[in-house]
This record gives sequence, structure tokens and C-alpha cells, in this order.
Amino acid sequence: MSIRERLSGNEAVATAMKQINPDVVAAFPITPSTEIPQYFSSFVANGQVDTEFVAVESEHSAMSACIGASAAGARAMTATSSNGMSLMWEMLYIAASSRLPIVLNLVNRTVSGPLNIHNDHSDAMGARDAGWIQLFSETNQEAYDNAIMAVRIAEHKDVRLPVMVCQDGFITSHAIENIELIEDDKVKAFVGEYKAPWSLLDPAHPVACGPLDLQHFHYAHKRQQAEAMRNAKKVILEVSKEFEQMTGRKYELLEKYMMDDAEVAVVVLNSTAGTAKYVVNALRAKGIKAGLVKPRVFRPFPVEEIADALKNCKAVAVMDKADSLNAAGGPLFTETASAMLVRGVTGPKVINYIYGLGGTDVRTDDIETVYNRLLDIASTGNVGEVYNYLGI
Amino acid sequence: MANLTEIRWHGRGGQGAKTAALLLADAAFNTGLYVQGFPEYGPERMGAPITAYNRISSERITVHSNIYEPDFVVVVDDSLINSVPVTKGLKETGAIIINTTKSPDEIREKLNGYKGKVCTIDARTISIDCLGKYFPNTPMLAAVIKVSGIMDENAFLADMEGSFKHKFAKKPEVIEGNMNALKRSMQEVKGL
Repeated sequence: MSIRERLSGNEAVATAMKQINPDVVAAFPITPSTEIPQYFSSFVANGQVDTEFVAVESEHSAMSACIGASAAGARAMTATSSNGMSLMWEMLYIAASSRLPIVLNLVNRTVSGPLNIHNDHSDAMGARDAGWIQLFSETNQEAYDNAIMAVRIAEHKDVRLPVMVCQDGFITSHAIENIELIEDDKVKAFVGEYKAPWSLLDPAHPVACGPLDLQHFHYAHKRQQAEAMRNAKKVILEVSKEFEQMTGRKYELLEKYMMDDAEVAVVVLNSTAGTAKYVVNALRAKGIKAGLVKPRVFRPFPVEEIADALKNCKAVAVMDKADSLNAAGGPLFTETASAMLVRGVTGPKVINYIYGLGGTDVRTDDIETVYNRLLDIASTGNVGEVYNYLGI
Repeated sequence: MANLTEIRWHGRGGQGAKTAALLLADAAFNTGLYVQGFPEYGPERMGAPITAYNRISSERITVHSNIYEPDFVVVVDDSLINSVPVTKGLKETGAIIINTTKSPDEIREKLNGYKGKVCTIDARTISIDCLGKYFPNTPMLAAVIKVSGIMDENAFLADMEGSFKHKFAKKPEVIEGNMNALKRSMQEVKGL
């Protein structure tokens, strides 16, 4: 039987880390993810885990320590937000290209400037080409579940890539909500013992990690990295299936909510998907065929799945909590639109809304205006402005 | 009870309005309900106005936004009613609960024509009498339970006694005072 609890998103992730009991955690505090290493360091101090906790002096060092630990064969984790991850930038690419299965719990916060501590997805979206798998979480429950599954996905022999588990700063990280926890022994059995395929601390089997990798070898290694990212789709589904067998909670690459007969649909990540579900329910009660697609996985991008989910809609709004500042559209929009095009899905009219930057609150009324615009497009066929800013 | 109850808390930084919202979420959770308890983070300074929220429901809650049309508003410091629009969006079928020595009629004059229920509780006197110090959270929490009816009063008291026994395991002498503060607050809240 699962354990009924109420925890904030940060408490939930710290609890998952306690149950996983990794070999090394290296972290530097930054709002709004600070509580994760804070709670975790108390688990270390109380002897509830036997993790080596490395209190580093910067996020660059946090990721560097995780890379060193992972290359030594350890299961390594960290947590950060916003500019904290900006300072890790150089090392994010090195972790991924060295094929080190590090798990980073990213509590999404806007990247300065202007200086702001609140939520948007500019930190995660900025790192979208760093070679990390990216999982997004609507609730504290999903952040907890994803944090547990991330270990298995990252360490799978066909993947061997680092995983970033995202949740919305403050909105879920600091809100107490109901959650179902899994018993410690079940989590322990699910994640298993990590046996690294190679280790820098194994003198009987010497390897080089991170050496100079000139022209042709570099390209070949990048090609392998790309293949691992392709493999990740299948592995994510396999791990999620096994997780569902343990918990009853079903996870795929994306969640389709009321999409079977949907004529208008919104595509949105993280906590706003929950607010949008409320609006979908209200519209459905009025007989309007509204639906929602919530990508759980942004890297690898679920091209076939997202195109397939949206193919029968008349109008679709992709909502981005990060702006590409490219005079063209946000990252989720441009990738969704190109996925639809390459899969031959050209029926639906597609528009983009940037929303909620710097933590601007998104109300059910705001989401309703998006659906109303879609209903207008569906009935008139007039798309109007494609690249929009919700509420501003 | 209605399927969803939404509560907005107004306090000053350091007074524990956020903690009170989390305590209410705890109490409702312990009676089997779905809960949300969250603060609205702004510049955090001692004494600055702060806001916190609760959603409490018999069903899973998916909305993740602040609350704009609360069923109940709780004001932990009555000096806020002069500077913060505490009744903004408050449903007239609901109530505002204010920590003050004034009467509901005296307070109503300052509430911009709010027509719903105005309830007052002197949390300072109760806290000082029962606990010897000013901790407004405990009496405010009981007043909210009394006015909102979101959970059974006896179930709430039993749950709180259990929480206090756990929280104050090393100083059991304060448990009785805290329980008395809860019970007195339920009896003394005015304007029901």
C-alpha cells in the first residue's frame, strides 16, 4: 500500500532522493530549489542515507563534482534553478557527452534578467540542446515519480544520458499538496543497485574520460549521443510501464486529456496543465470539444506522438513559458509545429502563446481566453496573429 | 460542505500567516481531504504584508493559480485592513475573519461595503492567556474551522491534539495551553 502524505514539491523530490540513497549529492543552494539540498543534507546528518554530500562553492563545481563522481562509477545527483544552472552550462554538455547518468532536479525559475526569482521555463529551455533528457512535472506527485524513474532511464545501457527533472518553482515546489509515496523498500528495489559499465577508479580496466576528441571522433561521438537520445524514447516508456505496474500511475511521453474527439486543444508543460484541465472540464460541461496535450518529455521530443495527438483538431494553441526572442515563436511551439509538418499533419491551424514569464500568475480565465480564440479560429478559419503574448 | 473551499490569508511577514495556511492544510489533510497550502512570495521582509492561500476539496485539485474569489479571507493583523484590499473578490456568501479587539460592527465600517459575514476574534488575548506569548496562529486556525465549517470541529480538535503531542513531545506542558487556545477561540469568535 502506498503512503498518503502531503508534501511540497521540494519535499517530495528530497524524499525521492532519500529513498534512492545515491552515492553522491553535490549541490549549491539557489531559490527556489534550495530546500532540496537543505532537506537532503539533514537526511545525511541524521544517518538516513549514506550519501557523500559535497557542499560545493558554486553550481559549476556542483556539476563538476557530479561528473567526477559519476565517472568514478557513483550514482550522482544534484538540484538547482535558473542562474544556478546557467553557471553549470559548460559542465552540462560535458556530462551529456561523457555519457554520465547524472540526475538533476531542476526547479524551474526564470533566468535573469531582469532579476526575478519566480517561475518560467527559460532555464530548462535554454539547456534544451545540451544533450540532457528533460522530464516535466505538473504536480509534486509527478516530480517525485519522475525523480525515481529518472535514475532508471539515465542508467539504462541503451541510453546512458543525464536526466533533468523539471517542476515549477514556487507553484509546485513550495505548495503543500496531497501525494502518494512509495514504500522505501519498493523504491530501493525499483532503482536497483547501480553498476557502472566502467569506472575511473578501476585500475584493472583503465579508461579515458573526457579527453581531446578531434574532428572525426568528435562527430562520431555526437552521432552516438544522438542515437542514445533516440533510444531514450523506448526506454522511458519501458521504465514508465514498470513504474505503473508498481504504483498504478500511468506515464507516457505525453499526456492526452480529453483528446479523443477534441476540436480545439492547448499544448502546455508543467503546472499550468492542471489549471488548463479545470478549464477543459468547464468547457466540456458546456458541450465544447476542448482537449489538452501535456508533454512529459521535451527531450527527446515526442515528434510522432505529439503530431498524432493533434492531427484531428481544428485549432491548436501551443503555450510557452519561455520566449525564444526570435520574432517567430517559443521553443515548444516551433518544435510542435515542425513535428506536425514533418508528420504530414497540416489540417489544424496552430498558434503560439507566450505566457506567465517571471512567475506572472496564470488564471483559469486566462486559459479560457486561449480556448475562446481557438474556437473563433475553428469557426472562421481566420488564424490572425500566430505569435501572441497572453495577458500583455 | 461545498466541494471546493478557497481561503486567502493576509498577514505581515514574521507573523506566521504562511505557517497558519500550512497548518490548516495539514488539519484538512488529516481528515481525509485534498489540500493545497501555498504562500505568494514577494519581497520577504519582517512586517511587510504577505498573502497565503488554501484550497480544500473532497476531490483532487488541479488548478495551480492564486485565488482571486475566495470563500473566506483571514486577516492575522487588523492594521492591514487600512492598506490592503482584504475583501477584494471575497464572495458575499462567505466571510472575513479578523484578528482584532474590535467588534464585527466596528470592523465592517472599514470594509468598503462588504455585505457578507464579518467575524472577529481576539487572538492576542487568547494566546497570551493560554500560552503566555503572542502566537496568533493557533487561535486563528480554530476560528477559521469554526466559521468555515470545512471540517468537523471535534475531528479537528482530536487531530490537533495528536499533532501537538507529536510536535511538543519534549515539552508536553504546552499541549494543554494550545488545546485551550483552540477551544476558547471556537467559543469566542464573534459575528457567526
